[in-house]
Amino acid sequence: MEENTKGLDAGGKFEFPIIQEQAGCGCGGDNAADADDSGSSLDQPFVSGSLSTPAGLLPKVSSRLTRQDRWGTIKARFGVGRMNYAVHPGLYALGEPDENAPVLVTANYKMSFDCLRQALPGRNAWILVLDTKGINVWCAAGKGTFGTNELVYRIEASGLKKVVRHRKMVLPQLGAPGIAAHQVKKLSGFKAHYGPVRARDIPAYLDNGLRASREMRIVTFPLADRAVLIPIELLGAAKPFALLSLALLVLAGILGRSGFQTNLLHDGVFAVVALFAALFGGAVLTPLLLPWLPGRAFSVKGLSIGLVTALALMMARGVDVGAWAGRVEVLAWLLIIPAIAAYLAMNFTGASTYTSLSGVKKEMRFALPLEITAGILGLMVWITSLILRWE
Amino acid sequence: MGSMIYLKDVATLALDSQKCTGCGMCLDVCPHGVFKMNGQGLQIADRNACMECGACSRNCPAGAISVQSGVGCAAAVINSMLGRNGGECCCGPQTGQNQTAKSGGCCC
Ligand code: SF4
Ligand code: SF4
Repeated sequence: MEENTKGLDAGGKFEFPIIQEQAGCGCGGDNAADADDSGSSLDQPFVSGSLSTPAGLLPKVSSRLTRQDRWGTIKARFGVGRMNYAVHPGLYALGEPDENAPVLVTANYKMSFDCLRQALPGRNAWILVLDTKGINVWCAAGKGTFGTNELVYRIEASGLKKVVRHRKMVLPQLGAPGIAAHQVKKLSGFKAHYGPVRARDIPAYLDNGLRASREMRIVTFPLADRAVLIPIELLGAAKPFALLSLALLVLAGILGRSGFQTNLLHDGVFAVVALFAALFGGAVLTPLLLPWLPGRAFSVKGLSIGLVTALALMMARGVDVGAWAGRVEVLAWLLIIPAIAAYLAMNFTGASTYTSLSGVKKEMRFALPLEITAGILGLMVWITSLILRWE
Repeated sequence: MGSMIYLKDVATLALDSQKCTGCGMCLDVCPHGVFKMNGQGLQIADRNACMECGACSRNCPAGAISVQSGVGCAAAVINSMLGRNGGECCCGPQTGQNQTAKSGGCCC
């Protein structure tokens, strides 16, 4: 088997037909490139060489990520350049696999692909990458792009049947909502085994004769997993936050007792700080403290954080609650901050790994009207507090 | 930490024990350990942990499980209420299926 390292120096120059970028929550590259169907290409920066097989020259990859790979992951986490964070669908060789090596299936989101190969140091395996439009396994399975049809098609198109002698493959368990294993068997002859939830358990799973322990099958939502989702949550809230801040600044400037500038600094800036506190409570503290916050509904969790944040802020500002204006202002923020925090917390259901649609619908039926009412009411009360100071 | 529990008594999961052949596939695919196999065959042991991902019903060769699967994502529900984007959660534009997606905390 010959090897070359042509792919190595292609770093950075790799181009992908890009459609558009769209902000989203933590679920990975959105609508990524419409990858052409020519199969796995050697001309990608992470390809370290090639392997000649009965199905032609296949790109070789390593289980070690380069600095460029890691930097790409960081950028994707912060929503930068996510649109071209995809790999070509098709068959890849990890190490020096032979015709008996295991076949592992993943999505063509680069982070999914990297996560898989990184979990297999020193192993030889075939990696079959499905075209999920650059979206991770979990999301793509829910959408159906990580699905039975694509898998069956990719098995044929990649020439996998010529490359391996056995007819077994390991699918990520989180891909199961999209794939019917019994149909894959019927349509392609390959028996699909569901591997563990986390890539790091794959070596143990392989060594154990494709058996996963119960722990390996359970999705958790630990602190680290929640923390990496925060940047995207913040990013999603950035635009409404900016617009609302601007509106409050202007309102404070116009409606205040003194000149525009003094008002803006006195009430306007504080309003922006308060908004930021609400954002911080709902989109940062709630994800971090999720299991320890009271209530099951996310909006209730956000509400409690919002109340605490609002009270802390009021104390820090030292509002004069002896005067009516002060009391009204406190009331305003006690309405606005918890409402926003609860709303943002509710949005985090989309990134969590255990909320059901029925549950979210039930939660929203009571929470959304309350959040909207409290928000609007709070805004009106706040305006009243500004006007009250005229006296 | 086991599975976190969201709201109780809402999951639409249903098992038809008559059809179940006991193959065990649902035990493999369920990410929240909802099913258990005991002397009397397969049972729904932890219904409240079900996130309605639909993995079990899709992979049951006997068609013994039904669940209204979907995305437990508030943004998607709001979008669909507003008639936007076909009720997509966060993973880009709708692809034609009426299934939607949610993000995973896992990197894969
Ligand atoms: S997958 Fe279906 S047939 Fe198999 S054990 Fe589960 S319910 Fe029974
Ligand atoms: S829908 Fe998903 S979480 Fe619920 S029982 Fe089936 S596999 Fe488990």
